[in-house]
Amino acid sequence: MINKTPEMESPICPLPRKHTDKIVQGHGSGGKMMEDLIKDIFYPPLANEALLAGDDAGVVEITSGRRLAVSTDAHVVSPLFFPGGDIGKLSVCGTVNDVAMVGAKPLYLSASFILEEGLDICLLEKVVLSMKDAAEEAGVKIICGDTKVVAHGEADGLYISTTGVGELDPGLNISGNQAKPGDQVIVSGKLGDHGIAVLEARGDLGFETKLVSDIAPLNHLISAMLSVSDQIHVLRDPTRGGAASALNEIAKQSQVGIFLEEALIPVRPAVAAACEMLGFDPLYIANEGKLIAIVGQKDAPKVLEKMRQTKYGEDAVLIGQVEDSPPGRLLLKTGLGSTRIVDLLAGEMLPRIC
Amino acid sequence: MCLAVPGKIIEIYEKQELKMAKMDFSGVTREACIEHVPEAKVGDYAIVHVGFAISLLSEEEAQESIDLLREIVEAGELDGEEPA
Amino acid sequence: MKYLSEYRDAELVHGLIAKIKDITTQHWTLMEICGGQTHSIIKNGLDQLLPEQIELVHGPGCPVCVTPLELIDKALAIASKPDVIFTSYGDMLRVPGSQADLFSVRAQGGDVRVVYSPLDAVKLAQENPDKEVVFFAIGFETTAPANVMSVLQAEQLGIDNFSILVSHVRVPQAIEAILCSPHNRVQGFLAAGHVCAVMGFWEYIPLAEKYGIPMTITGFEPLDIVQGILTTVEALESGTNQVNNAYIRAVTEKGNQSAQAVINKVFEECDRKWRGIGLIPGSGWRLRPEYSKYDAEKRFQVETIQAEESPLCISGLVLQGLIKPDQCEAFGTLCTPENPLGATMVSDEGACAAYYRYRVQEPDSRETGS
Repeated sequence: MINKTPEMESPICPLPRKHTDKIVQGHGSGGKMMEDLIKDIFYPPLANEALLAGDDAGVVEITSGRRLAVSTDAHVVSPLFFPGGDIGKLSVCGTVNDVAMVGAKPLYLSASFILEEGLDICLLEKVVLSMKDAAEEAGVKIICGDTKVVAHGEADGLYISTTGVGELDPGLNISGNQAKPGDQVIVSGKLGDHGIAVLEARGDLGFETKLVSDIAPLNHLISAMLSVSDQIHVLRDPTRGGAASALNEIAKQSQVGIFLEEALIPVRPAVAAACEMLGFDPLYIANEGKLIAIVGQKDAPKVLEKMRQTKYGEDAVLIGQVEDSPPGRLLLKTGLGSTRIVDLLAGEMLPRIC
Repeated sequence: MCLAVPGKIIEIYEKQELKMAKMDFSGVTREACIEHVPEAKVGDYAIVHVGFAISLLSEEEAQESIDLLREIVEAGELDGEEPA
Repeated sequence: MKYLSEYRDAELVHGLIAKIKDITTQHWTLMEICGGQTHSIIKNGLDQLLPEQIELVHGPGCPVCVTPLELIDKALAIASKPDVIFTSYGDMLRVPGSQADLFSVRAQGGDVRVVYSPLDAVKLAQENPDKEVVFFAIGFETTAPANVMSVLQAEQLGIDNFSILVSHVRVPQAIEAILCSPHNRVQGFLAAGHVCAVMGFWEYIPLAEKYGIPMTITGFEPLDIVQGILTTVEALESGTNQVNNAYIRAVTEKGNQSAQAVINKVFEECDRKWRGIGLIPGSGWRLRPEYSKYDAEKRFQVETIQAEESPLCISGLVLQGLIKPDQCEAFGTLCTPENPLGATMVSDEGACAAYYRYRVQEPDSRETGS
């Protein structure tokens, strides 16, 4: 530790600013702040085994040998319609995918709507039709719902919350804590499309691309993968916070080191270019129709092949592997051969000028 | 302090009396103000920082510098030094 | 991507690094000025690849990091006022003031918006004539042409509900302050390529001569940075102290004179306090008196806000390149990106944040990630 001080005025800095009194945007960004909020506020009073497993869906045994997976998601996307999708499609696929990521077959959804006073009913009709189409494609039924109306200015038009239920085949144990040294990391396609498409649709940053959101139900892809291998250890959809957040979570849950190869990470040129402009990293951008699979080494080639023959998996690639250390860390080998850590973001990713 | 990216000028126009350009950044288009590079023409490349073009990129000089660097690297290899 | 991919060529980068290894005969301490360069070095692990004798220390090249505390407090005071739309570049939102940051102001109901370009803030003022739109005009010289243009545009269009809160800093004065410090270890500088694209590098020539220190105008891509390092080490090894331009595709000695003219029209030189360093005379810009109606400090009468600071972190030492982030006791423990003690941890391109994100050092087991 240095014990000299410079001749210039001593360095000075303020007291720390931890946002523990009020919620700020960063609490919802899928990064460290959200992780801390969940650990500090939600887990302690509500704790139980299923919740604390920390996977995309909670898994419970209902009768001997029969397990249910349950997941819930709230959709607050703005704008409501964007290239490639809308809040309706998102609300169905998002929850279908979360249930499917523990290996369960999604069966039923509930849908709860918070409608802002002044919302066009024909817009709501469009959203509902979109949900119908998405549910049909996923093979799920929406079996109950709820509707509330809030005053003008209180809901960004429309919020939708969906809860999904699915059944798990006996013997399946797909969870974030199952990654093992030697496993291969596969991603089902190009990263970052959804996040950039929505950012563009919002219009605040003024850029244009031909990107469309990748929203898709992935349960059929997962069934196909499970039909060729019983060595699929982890499945995760890299939504808010991107692939980096999902892989960080898995590394922590499994206490393994995950190594990615920069040169192998698939990103569309337009996504890469938008990230360059804004100072973003594609690894942190949300995806809504992609999955990460961590697969036993021997089975990885045939899982990859099956994915490439299946809808929504055509661009699947291997991007890294799991090692036993450093435990809980995600690392990246750069194109230059150096290695760096890929950490959780603190809060929101902000466009930078530096 | 200097996140700036190279983009290609694909259209030039005036907006609210400012000289503006539609720029293409490898598949992303955005408007940029080109008041500070008044000599710019469609097809030129410029460095854009916070929506402003601050410098035109010289293709000639860019090529010159890459060529020079290649020479340095190749000379190093000829001297028997292996690249790291 | 044209003008980007070529400068990430691994073969060329490694070839140049081999050349650096070849010519280096002793330890040299180099400083890169710009936060964007720090980010690129750490993100690409360039410092891992360089010979051990080349030490890179990270300079105060992040306008977010060096914005003085009282200016953040002024920003928060203005943003908290009713009927104000406070606009800012994204990275400023997280910087802590004395009691809060812009995120907390937003959480309390303040209208705080991120803009990509200052012209977007002017547009907001046009679209919201019943509100006051304030733009947080921070930056080094690179950002000045854009920031002043917002004022000129507002003037041109007769927009009265627009003002800027200025915190501009200039590089040459900072370099001189660092070189003047009796504890200075820096032997060569990688000057900020985009600052020089605007200002040229004529200001650095007398500095290099006066202090006998070589400076190389350097870009941001991996190849640019190793080229800048190679050029500087060549100068050091041969005992010369000139200014070299290793970013010729974007920089000329005179710089962008049209941009400089517009800066001089709107701004005048002033003294500026740099967070973590102190007052550096002549190192800032402020609005000229004829543009004072666009000065948010005057408009909102926040000129007298003083900030109380307590010495808890040593980010100033980091900013001056005297230590590395991972040599700070608080690094990674008391001071993390979510709990920043100092500005260098807050800004995405602050040296501490770059180290933390890419190279976290656990207090008990020193991992370098290599």
